[in-house]
Amino acid sequence: MKSNERSGGGSATATVRNRRQIYESRQYRRSVTIASISTAVVLASIVILVPMAPGWERVKASFFNWEIFVKTFPGLAQAFLLDIAIFLWCAPVIAAWSLALALMRDVRAPAFYPLKLFAIGYNDLFRGVPVILVAYLLGFGIPGLGLPRPWNSPYIWGSLALTLSYSAYVSEIFRSGIESIHESQRAAAKSLGLSEADTMRFVVLPQAIRRVMPACMTLVVALVKDVALLSFLGPVEVLRQAGSFKSLYANFTPYVGAAILFLTVTVPATRWVDRLIVQQNQKQR
Amino acid sequence: MEPKIRLVDVWKSFGALAVCRGINLAVAPGELVCLIGVSGSGKSTILRTINLLEPIDDGQILLDGFDITDPGLDAQPVRQRIGIVFQSFNLFPHMTALENVALAPRRVKKKSRAEVLPEAEALFERFGLQDRMHHYPDQLSGGQQQRVAVIRALAMNPEVMLFDEVTSALDPELVGEVLDVIRTLKSSGMTMIVATHEMSFAHEAADKVCVLDQGQIIEEGPPQQIFGAPREARTREFLKRVLREK
Repeated sequence: MKSNERSGGGSATATVRNRRQIYESRQYRRSVTIASISTAVVLASIVILVPMAPGWERVKASFFNWEIFVKTFPGLAQAFLLDIAIFLWCAPVIAAWSLALALMRDVRAPAFYPLKLFAIGYNDLFRGVPVILVAYLLGFGIPGLGLPRPWNSPYIWGSLALTLSYSAYVSEIFRSGIESIHESQRAAAKSLGLSEADTMRFVVLPQAIRRVMPACMTLVVALVKDVALLSFLGPVEVLRQAGSFKSLYANFTPYVGAAILFLTVTVPATRWVDRLIVQQNQKQR
Repeated sequence: MEPKIRLVDVWKSFGALAVCRGINLAVAPGELVCLIGVSGSGKSTILRTINLLEPIDDGQILLDGFDITDPGLDAQPVRQRIGIVFQSFNLFPHMTALENVALAPRRVKKKSRAEVLPEAEALFERFGLQDRMHHYPDQLSGGQQQRVAVIRALAMNPEVMLFDEVTSALDPELVGEVLDVIRTLKSSGMTMIVATHEMSFAHEAADKVCVLDQGQIIEEGPPQQIFGAPREARTREFLKRVLREK
């Protein structure tokens, strides 16, 4: 009798509903209503209150000038391609170098102890100094040596600065992934006669990298933005282009255009990373 | 006949905790030796020292009369001759069952894929898992995973197999299929050392049973003697406890 009722309730949710289902759907509607109302109130107050500020007309004219936006946006988009290019050649180098650093820190053979020391010192150094400072020191310091072309190019030294700094962070993530693989996996590999190197390559690393992928992707998104730091060294990427448009038109709207360009890349990327993390959590459960 | 494996006065401590206190043990070729005793009595550690996963503090472990614990000896070739199966399977979760089995023959023995594949398939068939070769470990039951772990060790053609409480992590209904694997291996003449809590298995299948207590073998002999007429008071105490629990 009881089981009959239960199966009936499941198949006829639209028509006959028990008290719990009625209660839950009422609760759900209630929270949706509250969320919509509070969002509407906040939005309305921004739309109404901000224009009431005394300087709004001036801010609007110098930051949200549609005409200038339309005129400068194609040029900005063109310059943004340079950001993407710098990102695209930095990312694989960072991946390779940071993996090498992580492996250096994990070596157990005493002969390689200097490598371990180097990796530790490296990570301390480059995680302890602001990226922009590394960019300045390399970007202005090394060309100052008077090297011939192309070795005085700010692209090379700027990219190197990004690579050096980011590799320190990414290698820490790789290392945490390597350490998260349980010792029993190494024991199993060892017991089969696998060498240390093969154990790392075939057993530990594939699992470790899979595990830390979401954390790495967060840094990838950060890298997309930090490419703009190179503008201080000379390359006319989007931030520098926006700066020269600003001087040309005596208007800040190009900066808003540059921000929008970054958002078109970083927002989808961030959503994608969020989804990766959710998938990962589900798999671990 | 010379023992296949011989432990001579083996000592091993973890910090202040002495887990092996003068272990002496001889295992003849083709013999099945069961180690029984409470958790923490040193069963697992003995197996791990034989596989050189744990270095010993003192004593000798001889394989075919050859000291494999000699300091400075390369452990890799020794490990290839001794297979071990762990309580928690320790399969590689990112590889299929077949890839788990093929890894060591390919990378350590440098065999070609064409060589390894038929050998691996034959092993899967022998243990009734031919339709599970391409499954990942998390798609297999505990019993199936443990059988894959056995196949993985066997793929290296070891001369000795060590089993470290291989049924302890299994649901009761899956224990039988794994113990059957050990019985099959015994009939093919494999030398084996089995640390186990399965008293009825030890009673029925072992050639020799060793009772461990606090890092020492307190009594050893044929199962009829150990289970039928134990000489040591501590053995009787232990058996009384575990048999009552069953």
